[in-house]
Amino acid sequence: MTGFQLEIQLTAIIVAAACALPGTFLVLRRMAMMSDAISHAVLPGIVVAFFLTGNLSSPLLIVGGTATGLLTVVLVEAMRRTRLVREDAAIGLVFPALFSIGVILIARFAGDVHLDIDAVLLGELAFVPFDRWVVAGVDLGPVGLYATGVVGAITGLFIALFYKELKLATFDAALCAMLGFMPTMLHYALMGLVSATAVVAFDAVGAILVIALMVGPPAAAYLLTDHLHRMIGLSIGLGATAAVAGYWVAHVLDASIAGSMASIIGLEFALVFAFAPHQGLFSSWHRRRLQRWEFARKMLVIHLLQHEGRPEAVRECRVDHLQDHLQWEREFAGHLIRQSELQGLITREGVYLHLTAKGRSIAQEAMVS
Amino acid sequence: MDFITALLEDYTLRTVALGTALLGAVSGALGSFAVLRRQSLLGDAISHAALPGIGLAFLITGSKYPLILMIGAALTGWLATAAVMVVTSRSRIKYDSALGLVLSVFFGLGLVVLTFIQKLPDARQAGLDAFLFGQAASLIERDVVTMAFLGGVALLLLLVLWKEFKLLSFDLEFAQSLFLPVRALDLMLTTLLVMAIVIGLQTVGVVLMSALIVAPAAAARQWTDRLGIMVALSMIIGAGAGVAGSLLSTESSRLPTGPTIVLCVTAVMVVSLMVSPARGILWCRLRRRHRNRQLRQEALLLDLYALAGQHRDRFHAHDESVLIIMRATRASVRKPLTALAERGWVRSSGLAKWSLTQAGVEESQRLMRERAS
Repeated sequence: MTGFQLEIQLTAIIVAAACALPGTFLVLRRMAMMSDAISHAVLPGIVVAFFLTGNLSSPLLIVGGTATGLLTVVLVEAMRRTRLVREDAAIGLVFPALFSIGVILIARFAGDVHLDIDAVLLGELAFVPFDRWVVAGVDLGPVGLYATGVVGAITGLFIALFYKELKLATFDAALCAMLGFMPTMLHYALMGLVSATAVVAFDAVGAILVIALMVGPPAAAYLLTDHLHRMIGLSIGLGATAAVAGYWVAHVLDASIAGSMASIIGLEFALVFAFAPHQGLFSSWHRRRLQRWEFARKMLVIHLLQHEGRPEAVRECRVDHLQDHLQWEREFAGHLIRQSELQGLITREGVYLHLTAKGRSIAQEAMVS
Repeated sequence: MDFITALLEDYTLRTVALGTALLGAVSGALGSFAVLRRQSLLGDAISHAALPGIGLAFLITGSKYPLILMIGAALTGWLATAAVMVVTSRSRIKYDSALGLVLSVFFGLGLVVLTFIQKLPDARQAGLDAFLFGQAASLIERDVVTMAFLGGVALLLLLVLWKEFKLLSFDLEFAQSLFLPVRALDLMLTTLLVMAIVIGLQTVGVVLMSALIVAPAAAARQWTDRLGIMVALSMIIGAGAGVAGSLLSTESSRLPTGPTIVLCVTAVMVVSLMVSPARGILWCRLRRRHRNRQLRQEALLLDLYALAGQHRDRFHAHDESVLIIMRATRASVRKPLTALAERGWVRSSGLAKWSLTQAGVEESQRLMRERAS
């Protein structure tokens, strides 16, 4: 592994972590599509700031991009408040317009400089090591690494400082407002951080991967835990893993790094979606199956208890009667009876079924609760 | 004028105009349903998800024939909506997260495929990049014919199932109670939306196609409360913006087509939001101002009437300061009083003094009756 490769992966990991932090809150607050809107809408701000400074690594670009990112949030909110369009439509109207302005500005006035449309949309992580920060002749490393590092650190600091408030605003906005924590201010602060993160990540990974990194790892983490701090940690871990794995996949296939990172995130999510311990597809399928058996077993012992020692018991407590009365398939009923016998809930005597003491107590308990 | 003759005579321009008019109309029609069903952002996911389909279709067949690329795009676009549905129905992931995830992952896959294709020692791949931001200038007759065919099928199906789709969009429960195959209809409408998006990809690009789904419909919605008119208007707006944008961009080589069309349609949208008669922001504001003014005038007239009741002479003149105190606001009373005088209901009797006229007394009594009832 060369120094360049190390730098690229390090940058990718930091970008992934910086995106996962605000992304967690976007996913929890059902505003994941704002990452789509903001990551596109920062473009005109970046372009205008670039025209003003003439320098692609000026910090003013972050300021400009954050400004148009926040403008998107304000415009969407304003349009929603007129009640003429719904929120989803408002998002779908605002960001394509802002993005179009950015693209046209680039195409008309900056076609020749190193700010071309493809790079903006797709990012080029592989170029990160070429833009270096040199102070007094000493090479301190790629600029992109520092930019993402600083923004990520600020986001982390903000979340650490306002953790309690953010948690409250996310899960109970009304209570948050009532206690005087200003959820609106928190909202705009968070959106500002999303915008700043989008700007620095933009240069490295492009607009679309920003969405993948902000939404994918937190969504997967959401299926793995019920704790906010664990969700943040897991998101960062999943994002960083995808960053490194994506880099090597791209290296092998000789394809887009950003694209393969997004693909790995998709793969991670698919795996979590299928195999997550509690929320996964398989575990919920398994749980439903267990519940079905559990329920059937209870039905059986309750049924037997109801008719136990009564004249109709001869008729009701027969194996074949279960099929008619409880409408169980023959196979299902047979399996259930064998299982219940093994567990010592019932005993079998020819075609007749009897409750054991244990079965009786379970039936009584089930009927009470 | 020159431009119009050029349009009629120039073959390329005519093809481009026809193609963009077509795609604008189709996306306008299907977009109306997407917006009404709160699926505005689904279009964004579908259009991004079409990218890997285009790449894979080329990779497998080696052909750049529009129908083949469109089929590829439609397949992955459709797969994306299915993925969104499965993820939201089978886990606690919400709709917005599912959309963002599917959109970016499919687009990422598309990038991998595209960059992979670019590395192949094969010159035929040139031009696939145009699908990112669209290129109206690349439209040729063959493309327009394909677009017309797919768009025609989509519009025809929309027309045939019009009543069912209408019910689905406005009253799902009622549709279910009529034993309509709601799931199948939902699937059908989504498939038509996918078709509408796929048609526009070559011209507008995957990144901005969603705007052409949302904006014409949102604009049309401002002008009418009837679905039929809304869809028709949306089609006209979509077609108009498409033609305007694509022609502007072919005029100047430095105007990318997709963004130009998006800005055209956004302009129509903003104008509609502002000036549409029933819902427009400007008219609403004007109407509210007018209503407030009227209410102020009526209140003043009634105040004067109440004051007049204290005197034997109903036409006794009262000082403005009394009226200001009665209103309990610092707002000027002279303007509404002058307006009342113009209507002949009050009369100025010298220095800041006002009295009712006979007509004013009658009007006050009418207002009192009206408010009592």
